[in-house]
Amino acid sequence: MATPGEEAGAASVSRLELSGVSKSFRGLKAVSGASFDVTAGGICALIGPNGAGKTTIFNVIAGVYAPDEGEVRFDGRAIHGLRPDQVCAAGIGRTFQTVKPFAGLSVIENVMVGALQRERDVVAARRLAAGIVERLGLGAKSGLPASSLTLPDRKRLEVARALATQPQLLLLDEVMAGLRPTECDQIIAVFRELNRAEGLTILLIEHVMRAVMALAQHIVVLHHGEVIARGAPDEVVRDPAVLESYLGEDTEI
Amino acid sequence: MTRLLEGVPRRGLWLLAALLALLAVFPLFASGYLLAVGFLILYFAYVGQAWNVMMGFAGQLSLGHSLYVGLGAYAAAALYVHFGLSPWIGLGASVALCALAGAAIGFFAFRFGVAGVYFAILTIAFAEFARIGFDHLPWVRGSSGLFLPVANYTENDLWNLRGSPRMFYYLMLALTAGAFVLCHALLRSRMGYYWLAIRESPEAAQALGVNVFRYKMYAVVISAAMTSLAGVMFAFYYNNLFPEQIFNISRSIELILGPIIGGIGTLAGPIVGAFLLTGLAEGLRELMLQLGIDVPGVKQVFYGLCLLLVIMFLPDGVWPPLAKKLGLHR
Amino acid sequence: MPIEIYLNVAASGLLTGLVYGLMALGLSVIFGVVRVVNFAHGEMMTLAMYVTLVLFSALKLDPLVLLVPIAAVLFVFGYLLQAGLINPFINRPEHSQFMLLVAIALILVNAQLIVFGPDAQGIRTSYSFDSFQAGPLIVDASKVYAALAALVVAAALFAFFRFSLLGKSIRACADNYHGALVVGLNVKHLYALTFGIGAACVGAAGAMLMAVTDVTPTIGPAYTLLAFVIVITGGLGSMAGALLGGLLIGLTEALGGVLFTPSAKSMFAFGLLVLVLLFRPQGILGRKVAG
Repeated sequence: MATPGEEAGAASVSRLELSGVSKSFRGLKAVSGASFDVTAGGICALIGPNGAGKTTIFNVIAGVYAPDEGEVRFDGRAIHGLRPDQVCAAGIGRTFQTVKPFAGLSVIENVMVGALQRERDVVAARRLAAGIVERLGLGAKSGLPASSLTLPDRKRLEVARALATQPQLLLLDEVMAGLRPTECDQIIAVFRELNRAEGLTILLIEHVMRAVMALAQHIVVLHHGEVIARGAPDEVVRDPAVLESYLGEDTEI
Repeated sequence: MTRLLEGVPRRGLWLLAALLALLAVFPLFASGYLLAVGFLILYFAYVGQAWNVMMGFAGQLSLGHSLYVGLGAYAAAALYVHFGLSPWIGLGASVALCALAGAAIGFFAFRFGVAGVYFAILTIAFAEFARIGFDHLPWVRGSSGLFLPVANYTENDLWNLRGSPRMFYYLMLALTAGAFVLCHALLRSRMGYYWLAIRESPEAAQALGVNVFRYKMYAVVISAAMTSLAGVMFAFYYNNLFPEQIFNISRSIELILGPIIGGIGTLAGPIVGAFLLTGLAEGLRELMLQLGIDVPGVKQVFYGLCLLLVIMFLPDGVWPPLAKKLGLHR
Repeated sequence: MPIEIYLNVAASGLLTGLVYGLMALGLSVIFGVVRVVNFAHGEMMTLAMYVTLVLFSALKLDPLVLLVPIAAVLFVFGYLLQAGLINPFINRPEHSQFMLLVAIALILVNAQLIVFGPDAQGIRTSYSFDSFQAGPLIVDASKVYAALAALVVAAALFAFFRFSLLGKSIRACADNYHGALVVGLNVKHLYALTFGIGAACVGAAGAMLMAVTDVTPTIGPAYTLLAFVIVITGGLGSMAGALLGGLLIGLTEALGGVLFTPSAKSMFAFGLLVLVLLFRPQGILGRKVAG
């Protein structure tokens, strides 16, 4: 099941590179010496049991935390230690595990906040936002307050908002959680399309293996804050260390 | 002009125009006491709007806004008393001083992560600082009070803001209307969207590229600068300033009642709140006078009860449900 | 000025500080458990002071004896306030709760103004003019008694939270709201109880303070501010911190009043507050909240 990215025989340019990243909280090491990279135009999945340090890595990349050790490079440029808004300006968009809609604003206004990052003019931003809202299937609900949306729609909104900042790399944090299989498939299709049509690089944290196998060209497995496996999906899911720590021998893909 | 009016429903525009017309002709029928009440309503509407920029738009609760009223008042008044400087020039100093004070508070608070209730308490502390500090400041005559020379005038001296209550009324009306237009423009700007985003979720806003610190600072400085003009008006209307009164925490609380009761974060809220509150309070005063009751504190209890009732039953304020009823949205 | 004056002023400040500390303790308990920012704290204290005044005039009993019934009255007041008005606000946004208490404070202050008038009123006990002497130190007897009473009440409170089942249940609520619910604790009732306890502290402090100073309605807001300064300086959620903060503020106010001018004394408290908020927001004894 080779994905278009692989088929193109990509000259594997690294969009994102983590080298030796460590982060501790109050003496507890959440991430230890993590190193991996994400190819430009590729889709990479970060998996592992709860508490493995996945969201911490996201937060380090996104600038919420500065790493204690190690570097994060985006297109070769060091971004570790930058503020989250600077990371966004550099071209990285992210979603949150617990969605954070701007409840009092409408759907389109939510997305406009993202669009205003690239389009200073409010009218142009609205246009940009409207396009993305359509794309994510929220067109009919564009004027509704974000607080009135169902969970799947809130997840779509979260993604739309991040996309409005026109990122080169999109960080998705457990977008599938709480979605039914059909809803999952719908969103998977959107991501596939964005990756194919615009070469959007995606790094996703996921527990829903269905989504991981459908999207990922490359998987990084985290356990107790360390990278224990890296590689193509079919290799990783057969890796004994991964099976033992996370997937379990009976896992069906 | 059309950009400014974009998004406002037709009915809303007619209502606004009608209200403006009403307010414009009001002084022709009212005088003395009623005119003074009118001025007061407009004053609270204006200062409520200024406060609303910080709280309603950017979500920062300030309980020490009397600081800016006082600083603005004293700056312009002292320059007038000592150097005869026209308040139109003096207000430059007021605005600058308040912008600086706001920036200082904002900087200290936001750099050091002082938020929510702690931020509110910090603002109280600064206002109290000013209250006690100005009591001991000889240049403004300290606790004895600063008095502006009031001569018998035959005509209005707009340049020195010496004149009839009617002149002040129209000035205040202009200020309030100007603030309304400004807030409307701000809300529809990029900064307005960023403010609303910060108010709802600073984390999410940051992830979308919003420099939260910078925009919070803008909100604080703009709010402070706007409030300073209210101080200038206060000084030249009442002609006397006492630190104990103008920086008092009850003043800070008084000026936020309007926006809270009217509706935080809305454009019309502070104005509706001011009309409602001051209007009802003066009505109550009249009633008590008729009944022969003259007890200090009744008005404040009334304010407190209004606040309580609104918070309990109309948490978004009076305006949003009213707007719905009138067929206007937001 | 001779050193004795400073010593006396300092001692006096420390003693009053203990009473302030007890008042702040009430605030700390309320905020630590119920997470309500009681902006009406000082106004509740003036309420207690006025009740003391009334009872003293009627019954001629010493305020330190009246301590117990007054604490009880304030307990009921606090319980009803929490149960009736504040509990429904638990899940509302922070500023909403805050404004609720601002409204209550506004009503309390002005109700007191209406009923008692703006003039300062005080009481004179048999020992109002007595003093103790220890070497160069001369301290008012009333202040010593008040401070002792404050210590006793504080100790009782510590014991209550440490050792009693009810106290432990309340601490459980503070630590983990949902966990407490799951375990079957009646959290709303415990919240009301806690507010009542906090109010009782204020009541006791008010009775003690009445033995030492006069009351007017306008000092309510000043005491609210003071309580916040103390609690934030000493450490939110730390009972020992409240007492320590009280001592510190009592001391700085007293010394500030004598080194500079009496009217400027609260500036030092505020200066301390600003420094703490900026550089050590968890206060001296507070625990840093997990990031």
